[in-house]
Amino acid sequence: MTPEEARTTVREALRQVAPDAEVDGLPPDTSLRDTLELDSLDFEALIVQLSERSGRRIDEDDYPQLTTVGSCVDYLVSRGG
Amino acid sequence: MADESFDFTMPSLGADMDEGKLVEWLVKPGDVVAKGDIVAVVDTAKAAIEVESFRGGVVERLLVEPGTTVAVGTPLATLSARGAPAELRPSAPEIVPEPEIVPEPAAAPRRPVVEPAPAPQRPVPAAGPLIRKLAAGLDVDLRAVRGSGHRGAITRADVKMAADARSARPSYRISPYARRLADELGVDLAAVHGTGRDGAIRSDDVRAAASVPPVPTAQPVKTTAPDTAAQKAAAMRQVTARLMARSKREIPHYYLSTTVDVTDALAWLRGRNRELPVPERILPAALFLRATTLAALRVPALNGYWVDDHFVDGEGVKLGVAVSLRGGGLVTPAIANAHELGLAELMTALRDLATRARSGRLRGSEMTGGTITVTNLGDLGVDAVYGVIFPPQVALVGVGKVVSRPWAVDGLLGVRTVTTLTLSADHRATDGNTGARFLDAIDQALHQPDMLWEGSR
Repeated sequence: MTPEEARTTVREALRQVAPDAEVDGLPPDTSLRDTLELDSLDFEALIVQLSERSGRRIDEDDYPQLTTVGSCVDYLVSRGG
Repeated sequence: MADESFDFTMPSLGADMDEGKLVEWLVKPGDVVAKGDIVAVVDTAKAAIEVESFRGGVVERLLVEPGTTVAVGTPLATLSARGAPAELRPSAPEIVPEPEIVPEPAAAPRRPVVEPAPAPQRPVPAAGPLIRKLAAGLDVDLRAVRGSGHRGAITRADVKMAADARSARPSYRISPYARRLADELGVDLAAVHGTGRDGAIRSDDVRAAASVPPVPTAQPVKTTAPDTAAQKAAAMRQVTARLMARSKREIPHYYLSTTVDVTDALAWLRGRNRELPVPERILPAALFLRATTLAALRVPALNGYWVDDHFVDGEGVKLGVAVSLRGGGLVTPAIANAHELGLAELMTALRDLATRARSGRLRGSEMTGGTITVTNLGDLGVDAVYGVIFPPQVALVGVGKVVSRPWAVDGLLGVRTVTTLTLSADHRATDGNTGARFLDAIDQALHQPDMLWEGSR
């Protein structure tokens, strides 16, 4: 997955999970929990979206790597299908 | 039973509600509804709720127009049991049976009108002279009024209701879409000239009417229901404020806390999750709900309600879950029969509840009758939460953040995963001793993951 594809994937996944949030143009260091106010249920829904869209199963052991918008993009670029 | 009709009233969707706005009818006169069918959407200060019918029947009349705010208990529609298919009729034992007509002493207190008695065959309604005078003044035909008083007698309230219903509900023929459009455009239906069949109002008629200035109406609809986001937030704040103030005023809370080692439980859960498809993954939150449910079964003194100065057993666990809404606010819908659900089913129920809470699609039956509530603020990074009990419940369980801490096990110091569980309990219903047993029961359940997995059907 290219960085551009990964950014689009993360943005679309976030749009699903947090329909009320403004997801365009979020800086990479935007915190999923603090800034976007995702709780554990929202976060799990985001993981489901990212897994489906990237075609790669994301395991719980990888969750610590997924804390910001940018880290999700990096994760998909390095590991995503 | 030949002429039995009953009212569908504005339900109380929680102890914190005293009025609601009818947003939308999902039925129309002539529709057959079964018990539990969703018939209307009601907006409370907190959320839009889908409201179910409490028994089956045929919709006779809709008494309240969408957009109207009415008090809890106000009749919204009249339904008739007559004409309902036999299987939709309430089975007699399910509902408080109406006693045989036995002459009662005149001084007997009026029993609450849980279910109006079948109207006697009477061409001339039972109404006193004062009632007849009132009816004449309001131009209400008493033959069309169903009495809610003793033995079907017509009361002042019945007459007033009939007059109000008539003025509030001119019978427009209008499609749901056109009605919604009218609501959005602020069009008064009385000012719309219908061009459809039999004068039915079509969406084009509404649009046409929207371009002409609205005619002021004689009976303005009460509009205390909030509309803007800011008003809505303020209204929700007020409702929460009232309920929590009442809780703290009436309930002598006591608080207990214990820190629980959840290392093994979470490792077990992680193992399970590796085998599950991603969308079915189980969150630690479900684990705590399940453990709380098991504890509520073991220590039932904390599972139920405090009503009329005594404790009423919840009879099964209807588990309230505090769900914070994006954009602020809090709702506490409840999962019915939580004690029958295994961990995976409880997770599904939680996911479903949270999703619908946030999209404003909770059901009326979910808003009341919780027997105990769990609040999980661990997500927000606090170590422990000492919550305020939701009346008339008698206990609230708080789950804090799951953290790694230095912890002694069998005389050795190690790093373990722990969380702090708290219990806020009503001292009228239980003593600290009982509360301590409850928290201990949660702790024990979390150390027996296999028990957590199975539903106790």
